[in-house]
Amino acid sequence: MDPRLTVQDLACRRGDRLLFRGLSFALGASQALQVVGANGTGKSSLLRIVAGLLRPFAGSVERAGYVALLDGNLPLDEHLSLGETLAFWGRIDGVNEALDPGLNTLFDVPVRFLSTGQRKRAAIAQSRPRVGGIWLLDEPLNGLDVRAAEQLQHQVAEHRARGGIVVIASHQPFALPDGKQIDLAKFAA
Amino acid sequence: MPVLFFVAVAVLFPFAVGPDAPLLARTGGGVLWIAALLAAILPIDRLVAPDIDNGVFDQLTLRGVSEELVLVVRLLAHWLSFGPLLLIAALPAAALFDLPAETLRTLLLGLALGTPGLAAIGLVIAALTATVRGGAALGGLLLIPLAVPVLIFGAGALARPDSAGLALCGAISLALCAVAPFAGAGAVRAARES
Repeated sequence: MDPRLTVQDLACRRGDRLLFRGLSFALGASQALQVVGANGTGKSSLLRIVAGLLRPFAGSVERAGYVALLDGNLPLDEHLSLGETLAFWGRIDGVNEALDPGLNTLFDVPVRFLSTGQRKRAAIAQSRPRVGGIWLLDEPLNGLDVRAAEQLQHQVAEHRARGGIVVIASHQPFALPDGKQIDLAKFAA
Repeated sequence: MPVLFFVAVAVLFPFAVGPDAPLLARTGGGVLWIAALLAAILPIDRLVAPDIDNGVFDQLTLRGVSEELVLVVRLLAHWLSFGPLLLIAALPAAALFDLPAETLRTLLLGLALGTPGLAAIGLVIAALTATVRGGAALGGLLLIPLAVPVLIFGAGALARPDSAGLALCGAISLALCAVAPFAGAGAVRAARES
């Protein structure tokens, strides 16, 4: 089944502030969207609404396909080694091989000893999307070096090539051939 | 950790009230109940909050694992982390208080029935206070009304040695265990909105 993501007339409220309203877009297989906008315009909230973790204040989100989310969190147990804690998520996903071969040498290292960039790469590996799923990435390039950033853009392109949908919230340039772009500032309430 | 705490209370209590053997034998069971209660809420700041903070609940939800299921497993894990060990530690503690065999039997039975309920209380409080600053202090306040029924019937059975108190203690414990995953899951979902 082809993935699909349709957002209609979406509004988001955090606390007593309306962040944006009237936002609509539709994405089909292999399509990509970059959400831009200054800090605090609601990029992260938009991704969490699309993921189904936050309720929209108004409007609707229709999803078809598995959703994977990469945000600023590292959902790995700090006290376990990287290999053990990634294996925990691998068992849930039913996947065995690591998404990022560069992490193999770190598998024995406890998560709390990883550097900022290594933690980000671990988070990327944890959020691995299913083939043909919807991959939501919130500021994915933060903390990555040039090579890791290129690798991630390659992974995103590969995910799209296999029919997956990609939504990226970032103010940094991200290589998305034929990608749509939405500036949240235009939808500010 | 909770078990060490439990034993420490049992060791220190006789020093605090003095070497009055009949008094210790009469109050010892109740003191062990209080120690068990406090041991159950000792780790509540690490029970739910870290997993909300680093997005574990978010990622599990995205993978179709409901918050309720996560909290059922966590309730079981929380109880296993102190319940069985506490029952074993109650034996040397009872020896320190010179509890009679009959009292010890009631105490062990009551703790076995009551500790799952205490674990459920700890879990719910942990979920409710996860996003609150100074949650530990608030947790202590929340504990009072929730823990009273378990203590009344569980520790009360020591004074009135019939099985009715223990049966009620078990019933309350069961009800708490049944409600806790749903209450906790609601709290975890509400934490996302804050």
